[in-house]
Amino acid sequence: MAFARSRQALAIAGVLGLALGATACGTGNDKKSGKASSPECAAYEKYQGHDGKKVTIYSSIRDIEADRLAQSWKQFEDCTGITIDHEGSGEFEAQLGVRVDGGNAPDLAFIPQPGLLKRFVDSGKIKTVGADTKALAEQNFTPDWLKYSTVDGKLYGVPLGSNVKSYVWYSPKTFKEKGWTVPTTWDELIALSDKIAASGTKPWCAGIESGDATGWPATDWIEDVMLRTAGPEVYDQWTTHGIPFNDPKVADAVNKAGTILKNEKYVNGGFGGVKSIATTSFQEAGTPITAGKCAMHRQASFYANQWPQGTKVAEDGDVFAFYFPAIDPAKGKPVLGAGEFVSAFADRPEVQAVQTYLASGEYVNSRAKIGDWLSANKKLDINNVPNPVDKLSVQILQDPKTVFRFDGSDLMPAAVGAGTFWKGMVDWINGKDTATVLNGIESSWPK
Amino acid sequence: MEFDFAEEQPKFLMLMYGLIAFVAVVGGLLLLLDVVPAWFARRREAQLIAASASGAPLPRRRKQREGLFALFFLLPTLLLLTVGLVVPAIRTTLLSFMDDGSNNWVGLRNYGWMFSEGSIVRVLINTLIWVILVPLVATSFGLIYAVLVDKARLEAIAKSLIFLPMAISFVGATIIWKFVYAYRGDGQEQIGLLNQFVVSLGGEPKQWLLESPLNTFLLIVIMIWIQAGFAMVVLSAAIKAIPADIVEAARLDGVSPWQMFWQITMPSIRPALIVVVVTLSIATLKVFDIVRTATNGNYDTSVIANEMYNQAFRYGKNGQGSALAVFLFVLVIPIVIYQIRNLRQQREG
Repeated sequence: MAFARSRQALAIAGVLGLALGATACGTGNDKKSGKASSPECAAYEKYQGHDGKKVTIYSSIRDIEADRLAQSWKQFEDCTGITIDHEGSGEFEAQLGVRVDGGNAPDLAFIPQPGLLKRFVDSGKIKTVGADTKALAEQNFTPDWLKYSTVDGKLYGVPLGSNVKSYVWYSPKTFKEKGWTVPTTWDELIALSDKIAASGTKPWCAGIESGDATGWPATDWIEDVMLRTAGPEVYDQWTTHGIPFNDPKVADAVNKAGTILKNEKYVNGGFGGVKSIATTSFQEAGTPITAGKCAMHRQASFYANQWPQGTKVAEDGDVFAFYFPAIDPAKGKPVLGAGEFVSAFADRPEVQAVQTYLASGEYVNSRAKIGDWLSANKKLDINNVPNPVDKLSVQILQDPKTVFRFDGSDLMPAAVGAGTFWKGMVDWINGKDTATVLNGIESSWPK
Repeated sequence: MEFDFAEEQPKFLMLMYGLIAFVAVVGGLLLLLDVVPAWFARRREAQLIAASASGAPLPRRRKQREGLFALFFLLPTLLLLTVGLVVPAIRTTLLSFMDDGSNNWVGLRNYGWMFSEGSIVRVLINTLIWVILVPLVATSFGLIYAVLVDKARLEAIAKSLIFLPMAISFVGATIIWKFVYAYRGDGQEQIGLLNQFVVSLGGEPKQWLLESPLNTFLLIVIMIWIQAGFAMVVLSAAIKAIPADIVEAARLDGVSPWQMFWQITMPSIRPALIVVVVTLSIATLKVFDIVRTATNGNYDTSVIANEMYNQAFRYGKNGQGSALAVFLFVLVIPIVIYQIRNLRQQREG
């Protein structure tokens, strides 16, 4: 009996295998062929010659934004015959290391942290960009931006998307109704906060919960204030450990941010007391503005995507953003921002072609037209940016007078920038004093 | 969202390859298990027939060849164990004596860091709390429940109710409990069960997951909620396996339910009890998903496995992460040894 049964199993397995094999044969040869000759492909001529090749890209971009990404290079794929295989992961930062060390590196990765990029450069995994890419990048980006992906004078990545973080979101509608005016200095900002608090509404909304990245919105707060209280030069020393993390200048900035974030009268509209900031997700944090439960929310340009469906984002709409005011106008108007860098783990010609294309003006304009995206690329035409907040950001980024600085926690080594700094901020919101938190972070800085 | 079969082709192709590989391996094994022994059997049969026909003494089975045959079947397992377990274990141990980027030897520095850094000591203490509380409480709950519902009406339904959480992933269970612990400010509509309960009793809502060490205990509740079902099922089966005549004899002797439990049930299910406690202890030492999903180790709730992941994969501190992994490994060893000795004793006894 047992014999008969196992024979039967064998037969079934065999038939299954045959059937599967047959269907597998039907799926193989279906390559996209480059339509190089058509007129709309003229712009892609210099990327030709890699028909049928595949380039894999790994990033932290998912869902709608990933769909938009695929849409943005669709024509490039059609015209050149290169297939771009993009994979987005919520675990990008941790998994990239695992994949690279495991010998399964993607061809290209969009790395949002210069600190992480440097780690791969140090271990010799990232390739320097090709000559074409380098020339194009130097043409299209300011030296400031290229500095973040340059190690020992060699360029290891090209900036792609960018965002501006020095924004305070508010409701133009509510401001008009209540007769509040958009503050242009720090003193005005505090005066307005007091006024709103006196009227019974909590002036500020805040939330720093973000899954396993909990804490980062608070580091942005500190960085933005640090740029204003200490100035860009000290900021640079801080991010490179030229001054210790528990330097009095840093403590000043943290305490200054604390006058808003740790002020029970100011926070946390719609959620509870100061401690509720720790458990409020950053996505949810600003939404009470639309319900009139708080008035202001300091968050980056990309927060435009977080408003409930149907919210009008415009200067005269339901929500809009104003520039987070400078503290000392004599120090200029500093802007905090971030972005991702396209780095290559392979130097095959088709990979370099894609890397070059992503640095080009054609690409950034093609992506910007789809919406909710911007870049520091000089070739970006502001008319191709539909969202008013993005327009404002592009103006700021392209303004030669702007003092731009990259997100500090992304520049620091991951153990601090994505570790103790985040954790420290959570503890700080949760009641720990500034000195203890800063000493803790300082002691964790890799020697 | 649209689903385009043509676009998802590569994934289907991948799936297909997987299925083909599966069929090939399973089919191949079936073939081996079927054909090879059959061939041996036929040969032996032929030998026997030949021997009996010629009147010669019956040939003796050759042990050696069967040993070879067994080794042949063991090889894939041994190979996989080496590649998947032994080599990584050795490599992790080596890495734990190296620096962040695994380039230079640093001796015991990573272990020194582990026991001197305040936040890591907290992690070790938390793990200790977990590993003491979860097996004890989950097993006790499971045992009491199993005894209470034994031979009760609707026993099957009562048991499946407790067993249900086992069917949910740790992450899913944690998300459910995060809703239970959810917080909204005073005077607002509470969306968390626990806070709604507190508020309706006239209390003030609390941020449960923020307050150490209470938060660690609240996370432990999740693990117990999941694992009590496992303990209950195993122990219930053990209780049912107690020979009826022993129970009968005890009844005739007039024992009270209390005596019955301590003098008959407990000694009889002791092996099962040990298996449950050991399994739960090991599972608890490795707990990761619950902490990561609920708090990501913030607010002093981190445990070894979570910290190991953070250090090695997120902060790029390979040495420190490996040291934590090795420490975890060392902690599991005595439990495993105890379990093996126990099994051996049972077999002998």
